Amino acid sequence: MAKVLVVTSGKGGVGKTTSTAALGAALASQGKNVVVVDFDVGLRNLDLVMGAERRVVYDLINVVQGDAKLAQALIRDKRCETLHLLPASQTRDKDNLTQEGVAKVMDELREKFDWVICDSPAGIERGATLAMRHADAAIIVTNPEVSSVRDSDRIIGLLDSKTLKAEAGERMDKHLLLTRYDPIRAERGDMLKVDDVLEILSIPLLGIVPESQDVLRASNLGSPVTLCEPQSAPARAYFDAARRLEGAELPVVIPSERKGFLGKLFGRRAA
Amino acid sequence: MNLFSMFSRRSSAPVARERLQVLLAHERAVIGNSDLVAVLREEILAVIAKHVPVEREKVRVKMDRGDQVSLLEVDIELPEMPQKAQKVA
Repeated sequence: MAKVLVVTSGKGGVGKTTSTAALGAALASQGKNVVVVDFDVGLRNLDLVMGAERRVVYDLINVVQGDAKLAQALIRDKRCETLHLLPASQTRDKDNLTQEGVAKVMDELREKFDWVICDSPAGIERGATLAMRHADAAIIVTNPEVSSVRDSDRIIGLLDSKTLKAEAGERMDKHLLLTRYDPIRAERGDMLKVDDVLEILSIPLLGIVPESQDVLRASNLGSPVTLCEPQSAPARAYFDAARRLEGAELPVVIPSERKGFLGKLFGRRAA
Repeated sequence: MNLFSMFSRRSSAPVARERLQVLLAHERAVIGNSDLVAVLREEILAVIAKHVPVEREKVRVKMDRGDQVSLLEVDIELPEMPQKAQKVA
């Protein structure tokens, strides 16, 4: 049974696309059939982060409008054969994404894949609401910073009201992915702590991705950090998050940069 | 920045936390309410309509949120009813 995830945040630049690529690659490297779908029409970037920017022929809007078959638009990753990308259109207008068209594509993707991960555009407009509409669960990417936390709170409200699940009276599963976390600054009192963010947003924690140079390096090279530097601290955080998505109960730790050492153990259970 | 000011600087995270808690409590109330009032109105209308024919515009739901007490005002104008329906209502 396929599971559809939306990776969303409200605020831009917090790491939605990076996290979509990293989690998609982590799940795919465990043998799952995964597709990552870019919903950011006009400002697509998932193709670039995945290193597939020169392989895009057809896109999501072509498939929605029936100009191309889904199989023609899907790009299979060269490093991990169970990982696929459905790119967004860079030139077309986002108004071409109709609700019915997206519903049809999502149905088709559900049949083909174990995991469908939708990379939401920033904001709360049409693109963002369409990306979350069909989701079974949501990953809210948040930085430990006031504007990001505020926007995440707003997005949580939308997830609980504007999605198909919410409209059917069901509960949307929501997971917090805290990115760009710096445990030293948090300990010094210069950055919101994990517990502060959890208390304010009151959704379960999926993982803590530490601030790291490896993330920028991976995007420079066009490779998800989980494929590019699988032993790095952020990659280990994403691998753990992927295992939690698969149902594993692991205590949430902040992976440290030093290899072989796990970060501070929190003993907290993830949902 | 001298050494002294480095040590005496207050940490900023607790301020961030407090500001967010105050702001979000307010925003959740405002944004949540606009939806809540609409939902309440529809559900109240459905319950009334089960027993009494009532016009949509005759059901008014209003929410006033204060610091200490919030007030939910429901104003329903019923049409002339036969005896039986009145008992149910």
